Amino acid sequence: MMRFLLLFSRQGKLRLQKWFTPLVERERKKVVRDMTLMVLGRPPRSCNFLHWKDLKVVYKRYASLYFCCGLDDKDNELLALEVLHRYVELLDKYFGNVCELDIIFNFEKAYFILDEFLMGGEVQETSKVTVAKSIEASDMLQETMEEYMSKPAF
Amino acid sequence: MPAPIRLRELIRTIRTARTQAEEREMIQKECAAIRSSFREEDNTYRCRNVAKLLYMHMLGYPAHFGQLECLKLIASQKFTDKRIGYLGAMLLLDERQDVHLLMTNCIKNDLNHSTQYVQGVALCTLGCMGSAEMCRDLAGEVEKLLKTSNSYLRKKAALCAVHVIRKVPELMEMFLPATKNLLNEKNHGVLHTSVVLLTEMCERSPDMLAHFRKLVPQLVRILKNLIMSGYSPEHDVSGISDPFLQVRILRLLRILGKGDDDSSEAMNDILAQVATNTETSKNVGNAILYETVLTIMDIKSESGLRVLAINILGRFLLNNDKNIRYVALTSLLKTVQTDHNAVQRHRSTIVDCLKDLDVSIKRRAMELSFALVNGNNVRGMMKELLHFLDMCDPEFKADCASGIFLAAEKYAPSKRWHIDTIMKVLTTAGSYVRDDSVPNLIQLITNSVEMHSYTVQRLYKAVLDDISQQPLVQVASWCMGEYGDLLVSGQCEEEEPIHVTEDEVLDVLEGVLVSNLSSPITRGYALTAIMKLSTRFSSVNRIKRVVSIYGSSIDVELQQRAVEYNALFKKYDHMRSALLERMPIMEKTTTNGPTEILHTNGEAEPSVRDSKHPPNIPQPSSQANDLLDLLGGNDVVPVIQTELPTKPASSGGELLDLLGDLSLSGVPAPAAPISVSQPTFLLDGISSQPLFNDVAGAIPPMTAYNKNGLKIDFTFERSNSNPNVSVITIHASNLTEVDMADFVFQAAVPKTFQLQLLSPSSNVVPGLNKGTVTQVIKVLNPQKQQLRMRIKLTYTHKGSSVQDLAEVNNFPTQSWQ
Repeated sequence: MMRFLLLFSRQGKLRLQKWFTPLVERERKKVVRDMTLMVLGRPPRSCNFLHWKDLKVVYKRYASLYFCCGLDDKDNELLALEVLHRYVELLDKYFGNVCELDIIFNFEKAYFILDEFLMGGEVQETSKVTVAKSIEASDMLQETMEEYMSKPAF
Repeated sequence: MPAPIRLRELIRTIRTARTQAEEREMIQKECAAIRSSFREEDNTYRCRNVAKLLYMHMLGYPAHFGQLECLKLIASQKFTDKRIGYLGAMLLLDERQDVHLLMTNCIKNDLNHSTQYVQGVALCTLGCMGSAEMCRDLAGEVEKLLKTSNSYLRKKAALCAVHVIRKVPELMEMFLPATKNLLNEKNHGVLHTSVVLLTEMCERSPDMLAHFRKLVPQLVRILKNLIMSGYSPEHDVSGISDPFLQVRILRLLRILGKGDDDSSEAMNDILAQVATNTETSKNVGNAILYETVLTIMDIKSESGLRVLAINILGRFLLNNDKNIRYVALTSLLKTVQTDHNAVQRHRSTIVDCLKDLDVSIKRRAMELSFALVNGNNVRGMMKELLHFLDMCDPEFKADCASGIFLAAEKYAPSKRWHIDTIMKVLTTAGSYVRDDSVPNLIQLITNSVEMHSYTVQRLYKAVLDDISQQPLVQVASWCMGEYGDLLVSGQCEEEEPIHVTEDEVLDVLEGVLVSNLSSPITRGYALTAIMKLSTRFSSVNRIKRVVSIYGSSIDVELQQRAVEYNALFKKYDHMRSALLERMPIMEKTTTNGPTEILHTNGEAEPSVRDSKHPPNIPQPSSQANDLLDLLGGNDVVPVIQTELPTKPASSGGELLDLLGDLSLSGVPAPAAPISVSQPTFLLDGISSQPLFNDVAGAIPPMTAYNKNGLKIDFTFERSNSNPNVSVITIHASNLTEVDMADFVFQAAVPKTFQLQLLSPSSNVVPGLNKGTVTQVIKVLNPQKQQLRMRIKLTYTHKGSSVQDLAEVNNFPTQSWQ
């Protein structure tokens, strides 16, 4: 299973953090720090796999963002690259030519899309179309501001 | 109160901050506003405020005060609220705080909500961060949803079940009935998550594994359909249909087929098909091939299939893509134990990978290269590995050096080659060599008797150039100390002998002593080496001078050594030559790990002993226990009634415990201390008598005890088989008129000795000296310490029972030396 998924910029700023194992805030911060240092420190044409503690780390750079995930020893690294790529495709479909700014300003949507694609560190839906449809439908359920204000809370 | 600013606006504002301080100020201001808004229990804008809080949290600022607000959002009826609330819960709450349990009821309600997207969000949260307690409470709901016909919910419930099982393995049984028809689905999402669920169950429980084996044919069929079916736009990735599902099925097949002939056979065909038909131009195809290879290697596949798998890995090694090469090396490392010959075929490619620029690839290639070294290829491989050692980054050097030493030891074709290899490692990566290699190397060098002059010559030359690498200098110092005479004598068969004078050697050693580069341990080596040369060189005065200077060294270790060596010169000069004699061959013992058999050409090496023989545990009889009690001190060992124990073999690093290993007959050679921890036995127990004793002369008998008419004499003999064993015969005689019946003689010796008591001739000592009771005691005295004994006598005399204790200290020195 995937243990975590991080998105960070070339300057090391965190744009998204998804944790699939329970870690306290301090431990999370440490992982983020270590990953950022390790990945950003890699020479440009290295292979995308690293070893960190007992985990395999797979990372891929898309424009100005690094997508970095930590895997169990048993997981398939090459497939993890495909998983990362699929996520980028989903973001791209949703935002239309996604760029880092989209993810900065709409981070909650990025999380929602991720939650339709992965759960508990595993892929939950392998069809791009199905994921896109679910997101669309969920978005429709979200109330507009007027509806929101007029509906009673309970 | 004006509406709180919107999320996007906040983000925009914060991004305009030019310094960290400015950003912090903005954030603090906003946090304060949010806090007061929370205090006012504002339902309308809670969602917006929490969203802003989550953004600030991502920037690294504390957001714990929003935790309860997330719970309130989750409880709200509005979908917008729930979405943000659950997101906040996943980011801000963790299972270590009890507050997360407050979510349980909300989740339970949402799992039963009428809208599938609400149910979905609840399932997602539970499946990502549900604690064990939550899982226990909600497992029933999840199980219910696993059986629903709604595929959107079913797939989520399956992954949620996986999480529940990971957290609370005992609940696995509960999900078993729901798994019955999971694989009959057409929906890929459900299929994929079902396979994940089945995999999780099979990995955790052998019973489940056995139960699900019957699914193998169905899995094979699904996989076949995926490969054979035409283009399916929904699941296609670069021409391959649903690679995610394919890989998961292959992984499940691996688990089901492992160790099971029937299952393995059932999947043979499909594996061959996948292996041959998968398109390899893109990463996705290689991902599937990789998983296939792993499966083939793990199950009981037929040999043709295994060869196919290794060949795929071989092709991977030649791939331009670094990732593929890395993955190939990792897999080959896993299979090298089982399919050694097949992997050997790719040896040259693997060795080429040592030159790769990528660090991860280099490391894997190094590990794999070491695994591939064998008797046939050792020369070639070592050349490559030594070259790698020279060129690689420091992070690799220690591991590489250790690996080379190990491999060289195992497969060295000749002693000379072995020494040459060690020399190269020491000179190339001398400072990265591990500390425990130094004693190992020294032991190796002593064993190669005919190479001594060659070795010391080469080490001397190396040290002339460079004394910064501590392990090299330590080994060199030791060798120069031992074999300095060979060095100056100019005899060397293996290579051109160099002309070295005694002074030059002493110059080098003194240089090491004074140099700032030398560590204290190295200095210790150098000082001892200089001392040893006093018996091998003629310039003793110079050595005396050096030694006396260090008698006042600040370093306590050096000072102690120098003082003792000084004492050797002054008071014990007669012993110096014996003490500093050439070291005997040390027997190799392994400290840990499996025993290894040494193969060397032309040399019959003894096979390595097993790790230390544990010293025999004496079986104290109750009498012996009493003796111990009475004697009080814990330096006494009870009588051993068992066989004479074998001496404990010394551990690899401990070169001092040598006397136990000596199997030299005749002259007992004393051992000179060479490494850091010195025993004090050098000066201990030294009497005015010469240390060794050319046997011959009979040892005079002595009277050990004489009281109340009972007299016990000791007579001595040396054991022929073992010079450390003294054989003492006691003769008990009775000068009174009445016999002494039930006579029992017991003895105890200090800890460093071992004692064996044989049966007495009788237990009645007849009166009036009409006869004696004799009993043989064997004493093992490996450390040649002064023999002391306490004896206890019990007998019945004139109707009453008599007990007596005595100490025997007057042993003649020849009896224990």
